[in-house]
Amino acid sequence: MADSLLSLDDLAVHFKIGNALGGGIKTLKAVDGVTLDVKPGECLGLVGESGCGKSTLALAIMGLLSPTRGSVGIDGLQITDSKAADRMKMARTVQMVFQDPYASLNPRQTVRRTLADPLRLHGITDKAEVEGRVIDMMAKVGLRPEQADRYPHEFSGGQRQRIGIARALILKPKLVICDEPVSALDVSIRAQIINLLLELKDELGLAYIMISHDLGVVEHVSDRVAVMYLGRIVEQGGWQEIFEDPRHPYTRALIAAIPDPFHRAAISDKAKARGEIPSALNPPPGCHFHPRCPLKADICVSQDPTLAAVAEGHRAACHFRDRVN
Amino acid sequence: MSTPLLKVENLRIALAGHDATYSAVENVSFEIGRGEAFGLVGESGCGKSITALAVMGLLRRPLSLGGGRIVLDGQEIQDVSAAEMRRLRGKRIAMIFQEPMTALNPLSPVGRQIAEMFVLHQGMGWKEAMDRAEDALRQVRVPSPERRIKDFPHQLSGGMRQRVMIAIALACGPDLLVADEPTTALDVTVQAEIIDLMAELCAAKGTAILMISHDLGLVANMCKRVAVMYAGRIVESQPADAIFATPSHPYTRGLVDSLPRLGERSKRGRQRLREISGVVPSIAAYPAGCRFNPRCSSVTDICRTVAPDATPLPADGLVRCHHHG
Repeated sequence: MADSLLSLDDLAVHFKIGNALGGGIKTLKAVDGVTLDVKPGECLGLVGESGCGKSTLALAIMGLLSPTRGSVGIDGLQITDSKAADRMKMARTVQMVFQDPYASLNPRQTVRRTLADPLRLHGITDKAEVEGRVIDMMAKVGLRPEQADRYPHEFSGGQRQRIGIARALILKPKLVICDEPVSALDVSIRAQIINLLLELKDELGLAYIMISHDLGVVEHVSDRVAVMYLGRIVEQGGWQEIFEDPRHPYTRALIAAIPDPFHRAAISDKAKARGEIPSALNPPPGCHFHPRCPLKADICVSQDPTLAAVAEGHRAACHFRDRVN
Repeated sequence: MSTPLLKVENLRIALAGHDATYSAVENVSFEIGRGEAFGLVGESGCGKSITALAVMGLLRRPLSLGGGRIVLDGQEIQDVSAAEMRRLRGKRIAMIFQEPMTALNPLSPVGRQIAEMFVLHQGMGWKEAMDRAEDALRQVRVPSPERRIKDFPHQLSGGMRQRVMIAIALACGPDLLVADEPTTALDVTVQAEIIDLMAELCAAKGTAILMISHDLGLVANMCKRVAVMYAGRIVESQPADAIFATPSHPYTRGLVDSLPRLGERSKRGRQRLREISGVVPSIAAYPAGCRFNPRCSSVTDICRTVAPDATPLPADGLVRCHHHG
């Protein structure tokens, strides 16, 4: 699509595991045929449990892993065949906020250095301009100018995440990938960071990919939602469709699994998934979800469902996508 | 209520620092009835986990019991000998931990670790104990238990390991199960299954649960009564349904309001999340008076000097706030 900021076409990232001497080489299909796009200013929520490939997908978009198949297009550039110069341009377009603000900041760099380095690297050498943009960005994320010369250990978890966000935004990217940005933070701090991310999105016109396993957060921030299971997208659509009219049993299982003291969600306990997530090294045949699925039938074991439309902009990969609850 | 199963009275836990001794927990009192599920909720560092360790008699330096009484079924257990406590642990009170991989012995097959309970506490022979271990695995719904008893912990998935932990904890039919963040390390769909399993088994055996978690929703879903801890003190306790409907302490209100809850956005549109300002104080710098006062929106002079007493609430609860209601 021409107006997309990010477009993934049949993207796959496979890893070779093991060696030829001991037991042979296996292929781990971490991401297996993902087609997605993100429009400017839009927030796409990416949901799934550990091992579903959501973080691998993020790394592939960042250009930190090369895809086995398919393509990543960012702002009109194909990053799969990119040259070094294109990579620098890409870094100005896509940035990332990481989960753990204790691990993702250099402990030996002050805030000023952490924020100024990317600017210098991208050719902004005028001292006054660098200083201005650093202080400006600190103010935007709620840090005071006099904190610029402090080191990460002098900050609390929430403040560190603010530094992480500032670092991601200092180059004025158009797309920010947020990988579980609040799950390492104290519960009473999370609201501050979520509010900040939403304010910055409106103020700067950012697009987000919000990776999270917390459906409450995803529902709150997303315009569209994609649900991943074992390397594939099993359902995608507008946030309202995903949360009010989910068509894939896995999406329903995720919603049913949220502790819900007031039974707000319209999903019953019967939708819960059974058993455990299979290994991605050896996924079940047919629909990957069938061993845990309450709707399992013979066709699910033999045939792989395609991600087909339920309604305009709402697609689900389930043979029974038209069966409502 | 008849005599409670567990009564904790004015518990104080001392933390020996380099040059001073701090109260990591103080003035903590609660009761758990037979077969009742009771939840203790709070953020990291609030003292909920060490309260659980104190009940288990597992406090080790630099932590020690600084005062108060722990009464199990009419018997004071805070001063009993190490040998007596060892007899109680496993038989009368049992515990499961957040990370089952570090709690299980990696060098021993899981069947043996379960059977050990029967040998040590019930004087059973190993052969009979192994048969009972297989039954115990079947009860926690581990598939093909006859093969799984020979597996080592590393051969099991996270959810399966936590099932083994539950089997060990419930092996001797304890009166009280202490569960410290039992599902935090697990995926959401697996978490839902484990919680259901724990609740079901404990209900069937009449085992009471002391559930420790940072997730207010999870605890309120599972427990009859909930106490909220902040900076080493219980600030509020109420029946689970009341804590969401009528939270009385500003901190509890903040927690309830600050997290996006599923279904809210469909009903009321996207509201800005209510933030709790500031950060959790460190133990060396607990503020005088009410410990929440620097972050509280309704703070007055008295909050900064006088620690509030417990005020009873209408529905079998209490709150520690000068301005509650």
